[in-house]
This record gives sequence, C-alpha cells and structure tokens, in this order.
Amino acid sequence: MTFDRRDFLKASAGAAALGTLSACASNGGMAKSARPKVVIVGAGFGGSTCARYLKLWDPNIEVTVIEPNDVFTSCPFSNTVLAGINQMADITMPYDYVKKAVDQWVPDKVTAIDTGKRTVTTKGGKTFAYDRLVLAGGIELMYDKVQGYDEEARKTIKHAWKASPDQTGVLRQQLEAMPDGGVFVMSVPMSPYRCPPGPYERACMVASYFKKAKPKSKIIILDGNPDIASKKGLFVAAWTKHFGYGTDKSMIEFRPNNMPRAVDPKKMMVGTEFDDVKGDVINVVPPMRAAAICGMAGVRDGNNGTWCTIDYRSFESKVVPNVHVLGDSALTNFPKSGSVANNTGKMCAAALVEMLNGRQPDQAPVVTNTCYSGTGQGTGFHVATVFRYDPAGDKMVAQKGGGVSKEESELEMAYMESWATNVWADTLGLPESYKFTAKG
Amino acid sequence: MKKGIILALLAAGALGVITSAQADSRTRFMAANCGYCHGPDGKSRGAIPSLAGLDKAYFVQQMKDFRSGVRSGPSSTVMHHHAMGYTDEEYEKLGEWFAKIK
Ligand SMILES: Cc1cc2nc3c(=O)[nH]c(=O)nc-3n(C[C@H](O)[C@H](O)[C@H](O)COP(=O)(O)OP(=O)(O)OC[C@H]3O[C@@H](n4cnc5c(N)ncnc54)[C@H](O)[C@@H]3O)c2cc1C
Ligand code: HEC
Repeated sequence: MTFDRRDFLKASAGAAALGTLSACASNGGMAKSARPKVVIVGAGFGGSTCARYLKLWDPNIEVTVIEPNDVFTSCPFSNTVLAGINQMADITMPYDYVKKAVDQWVPDKVTAIDTGKRTVTTKGGKTFAYDRLVLAGGIELMYDKVQGYDEEARKTIKHAWKASPDQTGVLRQQLEAMPDGGVFVMSVPMSPYRCPPGPYERACMVASYFKKAKPKSKIIILDGNPDIASKKGLFVAAWTKHFGYGTDKSMIEFRPNNMPRAVDPKKMMVGTEFDDVKGDVINVVPPMRAAAICGMAGVRDGNNGTWCTIDYRSFESKVVPNVHVLGDSALTNFPKSGSVANNTGKMCAAALVEMLNGRQPDQAPVVTNTCYSGTGQGTGFHVATVFRYDPAGDKMVAQKGGGVSKEESELEMAYMESWATNVWADTLGLPESYKFTAKG
Repeated sequence: MKKGIILALLAAGALGVITSAQADSRTRFMAANCGYCHGPDGKSRGAIPSLAGLDKAYFVQQMKDFRSGVRSGPSSTVMHHHAMGYTDEEYEKLGEWFAKIK
C-alpha cells in the first residue's frame, strides 16, 4: 500500500471541493427531486449567516438549524457593557428572523455526531440526517488547562469570552462592587484565540469606567503572548493618551509572557510561571479550541488537535467529507472575528449552493476582514485586510493595501457603531424597522 | 418581469461573456461580503453609506479614487484598505450589482 488513509482522505476532500462529482455521488439521489438537506449546528455569527444566505440563494435546500440559546448575545460590543456604556439588553437580539427563514429550527444542543451515517443527535434525543453538515459552534474553553479553575472557582472568576448575563453581566457587577483603589487582573490567551484585539479593547473599556468612577484603581494584564497581539500601536497610543500608560500614574500595567497557570478564588490569586498576582476582580480567559461539536465529528485535526483545517473554497473539513466548519472553529489565516464568521458563513453558503446543484464553487474567492475596536472614550479604530485564495499554495493571501487606522477618531467610532448594526442585521436578518440601542 | 430579463441580458453583454451561473454567483458573494459594513443588500443602518442604487460610474470612480488616494483622509477612513484588494474588473461587476438594487 502506498496510499495511506490520510492521503486518501485528503484526496477525497480535495476532489469534493474541486469537482462536484464526488459531491453529487455522496448526496445520492439528490439530483432526483429530493431536496438536499443541510444541518447547521450553532446560530452565532457564522451559523445564522450561513443559514439565511443558503435560503436566500437556493430556497430549494432544506435548512435545519440546531441552537440551544433562545436569543443572540453579541460578543462584539460586550466590552462596552463592562464599561457601563451599554446594558446586556443592548447587545441581545432576537432569533425570530433566522427562525422564519429556515425550514426547521431546533432549540436544542447537539450531543453526538455520526459522520459515517451522516446523522446528528441532540440532548433531547432527536436525530437529524444530513447531506451536508455545517459546524458553527464557535469555541470551547479548556478550563482544565488552568489549575483550580473548577466549577466552584467559576462562580467567582468569569472569562466573559462568550457573552451572557452570567459572564459579561456578572463581571460588570463585580467591577461595580469593587472599591476604588482595587486591582482588576485580566488575562490574554495564547494565539490563535477568539478576537485578537478583544483583550486590549477590554482594558480600555474597564479603564474608562475606572477613570470616571474609581480613579485610584489599577488594571494588570497577564498576556500569554510575547507582545500585544493586535493593533499594538493604536492600543498603546490610546492607553497613553487616556490612561497614563508609560508614566508612574498609569492605570494599566501590561505583563507579556505571563500565562495564567492557576487560579485561587479564595485567596483571589492568579498564578503565572513567575509569581502570584492578587486581584479584587479576576477575569481569566482559559486556553481555547474549536467547539466540542468539532471533536464529536472528528474534525479537530489542526494545530495539535485544537482547530479544524478546511478547504477555503468550500469550508469543507480536510479530514471528514460532507462536514463544513465555519467561524472561530476553523484553522485559517483569518483572525477569529465576528466579521470573518459572518463572511465565511456566506462563503460556505455560496459554495454549498454550487455543490448541491452539481456545479463547482468559486475557485478563487476573495473575502475580507475588518475588526473595529473602541477606546471607551468615544473614539475607535480598525484593522482591515482583503484575502484572495491562491490555489497553488492552498492559502488565503493577504492583499497589499490592508492595514490599520492612522489614529483613533470619533468618526471611526460612528462607523464602528454602524458596522455593529449592519453585521447584526446581516447575521440575524433584522428588518429595517429594527431599533438598535448599542452605543460605542 | 420582461424588462428585468432584458436588463439582465444587457448587463451580461456589457460585462462580456458570462459562461456559467458561476460568474454571477461569484459577484453575488463578493457583493454580499461588503454587507457586514454596508448592510444586507448594501442598505446601511447608521453612518456607513448605503451602496444600494448607487450609479455605476460613480461607484467605480469612488473605488478607483480610494485606491489611488484621490479620496483620502476623513473621506476614506477604511475604504482604501478594501479597494486596493480588488481588481478593476471586480469594481465593474460590483458597481453593476449594486446599481441594480432598488
Ligand atoms: C470580548 C469580545 C469582543 C469581540 N469583539 C469583536 C468585534 O468587535 N468585532 C468582531 O468582528 N469580532 C469580535 N469578537 C469575536 C466574535 O465574537 C467571534 O469571532 C464570533 O462570535 C465567532 O462566531 P462563530 O459563529 O464562530 O461562534 P459564536 O458566535 O460563538 O456562535 C457559536 C454558536 O454555536 C452554538 N453551539 C455551541 N455548541 C453547540 C452545540 N453542541 N449544539 C448546538 N449549538 C451549539 C452556541 O450556542 C453559539 O450560539 C469579540 C469576541 C469577544 C469575546
Ligand atoms: C469595514 C467596513 C467596510 C467594508 C467591509 C466595506 N466598506 Fe465601503 N465604506 C465604508 C466606509 C466607512 C465608507 C465611507 C468612506 C471611508 O471612510 O472609508 C465607505 C464608502 C464606500 C463607497 C463610497 C460611497 C459613497 O457614497 O461615496 C463605496 C463605493 C464603497 N464603500 C464600496 C464598498 C464595497 C464594494 C465593499 C466590498 C467590497 C465595501 N465598500 C466594503 C466601510 C466599509
């Protein structure tokens, strides 16, 4: 045998995206009249967008969405809740219009996936068959990588890296209850992680709140990475301009190469390789990997079994045919952002429409990312990149001309607010009459 | 309805040869990709301008001006980063696409 299993899987996944013969064959009978069945697990930025655009672009495809949450809570703008600029209600939106767009909405959690039989089973005991499965479950947090981060500790120590009342909401309450002069200890996970600029934006937002309400307080950032991972110049400029960074009065203390290894909620302590850091409020984001559903489907093949490799032309897994992986779970050279999850949702929908109709998906797709960040001081800035697929290198190549804002500005905060309402509207199908209330 | 078909054919002629449904769906995705900032169908809520219904010639000129820097400073906070990643042919196709949205 010269052809091992890995090569075979690679070859067949490649063929499925390149040609459509194998796609048609594996959807046996679909060409006859039966409607092709797509099951989407997770209705976050990636899954909701994919579901809506599939129905928009080919109503004949039968789309089932499985999602346990009854409302959508946005991580983008969740840092503004920590600043007290917005309330949880301002970043919480209905699923009504996604529900209306799809054939079947299942308010349940997926607990098992059989990629051989092509079925998905939920906690409630229902089983759904698919021709194509889309996994858009976001991230799984690996608490066991941080010593002491057990169920009990999680009552006191919040990550707020998945926005919810119990995470973002409680962290805000803790900050409000903290006395002036207190210390807020927050962490940045090792790259690649969800939202590279998110932690540094969080520092700005909490500092904005302290500056107004608790000016004697301090923020210690424990960063697992050797340096600020995103928009460094702009964040350092904002910290300097607004929060005294670089002086002995700085509200923010940045400690690179300081990965939290342990937490102690009783002593209110975070342990790194170097020392123990005491905080009045502790916010540790544990290491993360692709959502648990990706483990169930056996598609966490990349980066030491943490993320999922995909074919950029279809978002089909490189190891398991008929399974597509979107958004944060995928191992790509895109940043893990809501913008990318939204766009890859559309890319995957576009490819599925072609493949399920016996055509070849676009072989040279172009896709973009933009991440805006707010300072909490009424200003914002961005990083933007256009990516173009290079089939020869099987890579998404960042095009020349991408980059960051020259400086923070109020104008870009207005655009950031508009981006948020537009990406929410696009993801969730919110009508023009929908009233958005979030401010930046 | 009939008018729509004629318009579509005219558009196809103007663009050159559309060999398959794919040529259309490629533009459809490219245009949808702008939606996370410019809103679904290029209809924006808030400060970012809408693209729906923009005159094609105006649209293409703006993209070129973003790229060359003729439109810059506060009138191009972010678009130069995007315009530089697309080709002239793609500007045409996108301009065509958004001009047709009512
Ligand atoms: C603090 C913070 C700030 C951010 N700010 C920005 C920003 O300004 N701009 C930006 O572009 N991005 C931002 N992001 C990143 C953005 O939130 C993520 O990249 C985005 O949510 C990824 O989308 P997704 O669809 O992959 O996952 P998610 O949006 O997390 O969606 C996953 C969905 O899958 C569901 N699910 C999971 N498991 C199951 C299961 N077993 N069965 C059924 N359903 C399941 C979940 O309930 C969830 O609804 C921020 C993130 C954070 C944490
Ligand atoms: C990150 C958000 C963002 C993305 C993505 C984006 N735009 Fe823009 N666009 C803007 C903003 C903001 C402006 C206003 C000019 C500026 O500040 O850059 C604008 C302006 C424009 C204008 C000028 C409109 C006018 O009335 O003069 C055109 C044309 C345009 N964009 C086309 C596009 C196209 C086509 C795409 C997709 C390929 C796109 N944009 C993607 C944010 C975005």
